[in-house]
Amino acid sequence: MAQIGYSEKVMEHFMNPRNVGTIENPDGYGKVGNPVCGDVMEMFISVEDDTISDIKFRTFGCGSAIATSSMVTELAKGKHIDEAMEITRKDVADELDGLPPRKMHCSNLAADALHGAIEDYKSKKVGK
Amino acid sequence: MRQIYLDHVSAMPIDPRVLAFAKRYVTNDFGNPSSLHSAGLTAKRAIEDARQRVAELINAEDETCIIFTSGATESNNMAIKGTALRNIRKGKRVAASAIEHISVLNPAKELQKSGFELTLIPVDQAGIVDIGKLADILTEDTTVTSIMYANNEIGTIEPIEAIGEIVHEKGLYLHVDATAAAGRIPIDVQNDGIDLLTMSSNDMYGPQGGGALYIKPGVKLQPILPGGGQERGLRSGTENLFAIAGMGEAARIAKDEMGPESERLKGMRDQLIDEISKIEESYLTGHPTQRLPHHASFRFSRIEGESILLNMDMYNIQVATGSACTSRTLEPSHVLLAVGLKHEEAHGSMVMTLGRSNNAGELPIITKAVKETVQRLRILTPM
Repeated sequence: MAQIGYSEKVMEHFMNPRNVGTIENPDGYGKVGNPVCGDVMEMFISVEDDTISDIKFRTFGCGSAIATSSMVTELAKGKHIDEAMEITRKDVADELDGLPPRKMHCSNLAADALHGAIEDYKSKKVGK
Repeated sequence: MRQIYLDHVSAMPIDPRVLAFAKRYVTNDFGNPSSLHSAGLTAKRAIEDARQRVAELINAEDETCIIFTSGATESNNMAIKGTALRNIRKGKRVAASAIEHISVLNPAKELQKSGFELTLIPVDQAGIVDIGKLADILTEDTTVTSIMYANNEIGTIEPIEAIGEIVHEKGLYLHVDATAAAGRIPIDVQNDGIDLLTMSSNDMYGPQGGGALYIKPGVKLQPILPGGGQERGLRSGTENLFAIAGMGEAARIAKDEMGPESERLKGMRDQLIDEISKIEESYLTGHPTQRLPHHASFRFSRIEGESILLNMDMYNIQVATGSACTSRTLEPSHVLLAVGLKHEEAHGSMVMTLGRSNNAGELPIITKAVKETVQRLRILTPM
């Protein structure tokens, strides 16, 4: 059953999202969106030697909000934080074989949540 | 997985009997009703028969009160713009309930550009027009007041008879959009004091691309589609013979079968409402009893409607939502906001509308799928 507007890959990630959940005492935490707009994403990361060793997410939102969150965790896991910072919204959409045009902005905030988590990690590290 | 279609408010199948009846008007009896030869007369007769059937469905004074259109959107445009522009001497104001369909609200907004005022009539939390306030809100310069018979998103049936009395005490015209109600519940335009009534063919198992507007004798309208002068000069364009004949047959069947069918659907609807309301943080939207017999609508906290729709589709169950994520404007449904829901609450809506294809055996499958869907999406949510 292909959904009109969504690629099969989006639907696959929507139905079987990777890395769902939370990390207790994460090294970095990022949250974007707000419930009024209909999308909220939070991202938890564990970092070892500046490499993302574990990543989890939770998302309130539409199909593409969930799929992009899942995809960004796959892309970021195992990557050096500098590399992970370079993951863009477009990369996420491309990896999912594209998103419908009107979904490109509001429900494609997952990369922002990831960047937020990395910034949080960096700021904590400086503080240490 | 067998399909369970629960989105009859969006599109309906054509009744096989309607198809069998109307087919000849695109194959053998395809004449132009304006032609004077025998093929034209056959077509003309089919249209007049259909007009009679549609008039009977709503107890119109006679069949000449019915004008065929291309569907509910055109009927609503005609009722709002046609009446306002023709009666401009009375004033430059139109009134509509805050939960009207966009094909009522947008023509009204278009009139605002040419100097008309739009009065929005508020509704309560169940979606019922505030009758107490109505008399104060409606001013003498209102050319047309539009209040729907029943709402497509929350199922609420409006107290049209009482509304009609108030509108007429003020000497104003009442337009009623009965797209979701016609063919589902009994409508009596004379008893309800309705001046203009919108109907859709497909919403009563007729062909798509067909609709009608009832116009009470004496109500004056300006045509919005000028041309060859068909439909008493009010709606030009060669008649859509297939859709019109089909709509007539659909109206006849609806009138015959409405009683037992709505009882059957009401039983299923109430079971759905009972079961789904047991889910934690789930709420019925619309009125608990004054609602369409086939309509069950809900909202769920902390999850989003498009995700609900997609997840239900994985069970091959089709539902609708008023979530912003599925709308062209990315704004949540104006109906859900008008009944007082916050944006974040309106995002989590789900609408189920039953039809002839549904049966009680499907109920456990549907409720199980809803429970699993809500549970899964709540695991994902950070809220």
